[in-house]
Amino acid sequence: MNNILVFPMILPIVAGVGLLFFRTSRSIQRWGSIAAMTAVFSISLFILTTVLSDGIMRLDFGEWLPPFGITFVADAFAMLLVSAASLVSILCLLYAAFARDEQREHFFLYPFLLLLTAGVNGSFLTGDLFNLFVCFEVMLLASYVLMTLGGERRQLVEGVKYILINILSSWLFLLGIAYIYGTLGTLNMAHLSLRIAEAGQPPLLTTISILFLVVFSLKAGLVLYFWLPGSYGALPTAVSALFAALLTKVGVYALFRTFTLLFYHEPNITHTIIGWMAVATMIGGSIGAIAYKDIRKIASYNVVIAVGFMLAGLAAFNLEAIEGAIYYLLHDILVKGLLFLSIGSIIYATGKTRFDEVSGLIVNYPLFGWMFFVTILSLGGIPPFSGFPGKILIGQGSIAAGEYVLAAVAFASSLAVLYSLIRIFLSMFWGEMSIRRKDQVPLTKGRLAPILILTLLTAGLGLGMNLLSPYVSEAANVLMNPELYINKALNKPF
Amino acid sequence: MRENDVILQTVSKIAVFIILTFGVYLFLAGHHHPGGGFIGGLTLSSAFVLLYLSFDVETVNAGIPLDYRKLAATGVLISVCTGMGSLLFGSAFLSQTFAYFNLPLFGKTELATVVLFEAGVALGVIGVVVTIITSISGEV
Amino acid sequence: METIIILLVGVLVSVATYLLLSKNVIRVVLGTALLSHAVHLLLLTMGGLKRGSVPILGDQPETYTDALPQALILTAIVISFAVTAFFLVLVFRTYQQTNTDNLHELKGADNE
Repeated sequence: MNNILVFPMILPIVAGVGLLFFRTSRSIQRWGSIAAMTAVFSISLFILTTVLSDGIMRLDFGEWLPPFGITFVADAFAMLLVSAASLVSILCLLYAAFARDEQREHFFLYPFLLLLTAGVNGSFLTGDLFNLFVCFEVMLLASYVLMTLGGERRQLVEGVKYILINILSSWLFLLGIAYIYGTLGTLNMAHLSLRIAEAGQPPLLTTISILFLVVFSLKAGLVLYFWLPGSYGALPTAVSALFAALLTKVGVYALFRTFTLLFYHEPNITHTIIGWMAVATMIGGSIGAIAYKDIRKIASYNVVIAVGFMLAGLAAFNLEAIEGAIYYLLHDILVKGLLFLSIGSIIYATGKTRFDEVSGLIVNYPLFGWMFFVTILSLGGIPPFSGFPGKILIGQGSIAAGEYVLAAVAFASSLAVLYSLIRIFLSMFWGEMSIRRKDQVPLTKGRLAPILILTLLTAGLGLGMNLLSPYVSEAANVLMNPELYINKALNKPF
Repeated sequence: MRENDVILQTVSKIAVFIILTFGVYLFLAGHHHPGGGFIGGLTLSSAFVLLYLSFDVETVNAGIPLDYRKLAATGVLISVCTGMGSLLFGSAFLSQTFAYFNLPLFGKTELATVVLFEAGVALGVIGVVVTIITSISGEV
Repeated sequence: METIIILLVGVLVSVATYLLLSKNVIRVVLGTALLSHAVHLLLLTMGGLKRGSVPILGDQPETYTDALPQALILTAIVISFAVTAFFLVLVFRTYQQTNTDNLHELKGADNE
């Protein structure tokens, strides 16, 4: 009985629904949501350490034993992601609390942010394919509301497209679930894995796996990322940071889970396809990041490049690359939140969205300028910061797997990331001062605090990798050896 | 532009009570037969919607002064909290139990904790459905 | 029986695809609603349309109907109900803001 596993999902729901009763009091909304997420973060850290010492934990809802009931399964991979997601949502909530967007706050900004994190945490923890769909939908419904909250024209227009795309991908997800239930008669992931292994993954199941690949690629923005830049560009800062940090990562997580736990028998077909999709994503994302002058577009295309990079780790499919991908996933959750908060703050401070319209910001905001520089270095994978170990391990792994094209494109895409962001830095922060001191919009300490914390975290995560490495190697070990997961997630070896 | 809807109003005054009774019956039947919180809640909310259709929004709101958003939130809270209630007794989240009691008038009666959970679901459904219907109709 | 239902699913999907590809936003919303109906039917059929009795312990019939697809569909119906309701409201708000229900006129961002 591990009832503690339910808290990362249930606490945000209880807090979010509870906050609906305090519509008038903004400070209860702000600090209540932050307190709830802090509690979730500490609980998930506790579960993470317990998982490392005692092994994978499982909770059967209503004491219905698997494979019949719904289960939550916490392995190191899931818990690392839950912890990182909760951490970044605390900081985004903090930014939102200081941004004081009163109109959106009045229309339940915080409850929906909390529901979004509940859906995200639930997707990470669930051990059941249909429950994964439900948690996806909880997350997506919250994201639909957040997408359109405020009702600006641009938001509504982009919102219609975003919702339509996601309804279609949810439909495909249900289709995949229907097919897999028709063929295998179960939806518990561990049980599915066993049955697929018994059947030896015949072509029918490989076809179904491609269906799931399409579904999760749409969510993650792998090749099918055409909806992403427009939608993310239309959002207020704190929400866009949370979207960039979490939403695509849930798709990436689902891809990792399905293609290491369920459909790992035909890597020649599935993982090769993933590899080429990753290459296409990185190339497309790089072109987008370099082509635009709108800094929101550049940041959104950086999300796309990172997704391709992580999936390169899955495509190489060896222990080293998977480990690298997990490092990179954790790094990316933090640093994409940081990037979008910074970009949002630039737009807030200058009122401009193109990087050639402003210059010399480093004089106006020295601390913020240098933090942005650190962000760029971290995104580019420069050694002392957190992007480095992930990049180097994925590179080593894909070379060990003989995927030279993949490795080459991956590192070329890192250069594109660096180039696209350094361009913003050079033309916006350096050069002649274009905003006079007396006209400058002050960036308050409250706005800078989350950015500073995230900058310190990305530096600290890079320097303190040793602390993290036992968790990551445990997570990669479970991903590469599905029987470890199955033994704990089912009662007995069937 | 109100039309003459005496017939609609007279019929719905009676029909609403029949629907409400049927909704409660469906809700309680859910333990052993088709029914339950969701379906019962939908039926109950259809009674409210019928009221909104046959009278105007102001009249109904004056008669039934409920904040449906808060009703929905209360429902969700009840459901989640009954799920968490099982944690107090050391069993898994969402565990349910039942027992037989000898009640006056009813005789031997089965009481199940799942009814509380379903009550939360029903309240949630009523709140959400009526909120959706009124918010769509309010703006047109 | 299964074959007929699968054919029905096919018809629903093709109608929904036609609606989704049209320019009118309301038709697109109806298309998504039809799509979800189609996949619910498919889920039901995939669980097997056996003529068993209600899967409740107590009475002892020979065969039980598989209860899981029904639970899945109930959940999926609730979700698609919520999504469709939200989508309708959103489309209506968009229509108020932009004065058009033509998807082609909603193309692209306003600042490019």
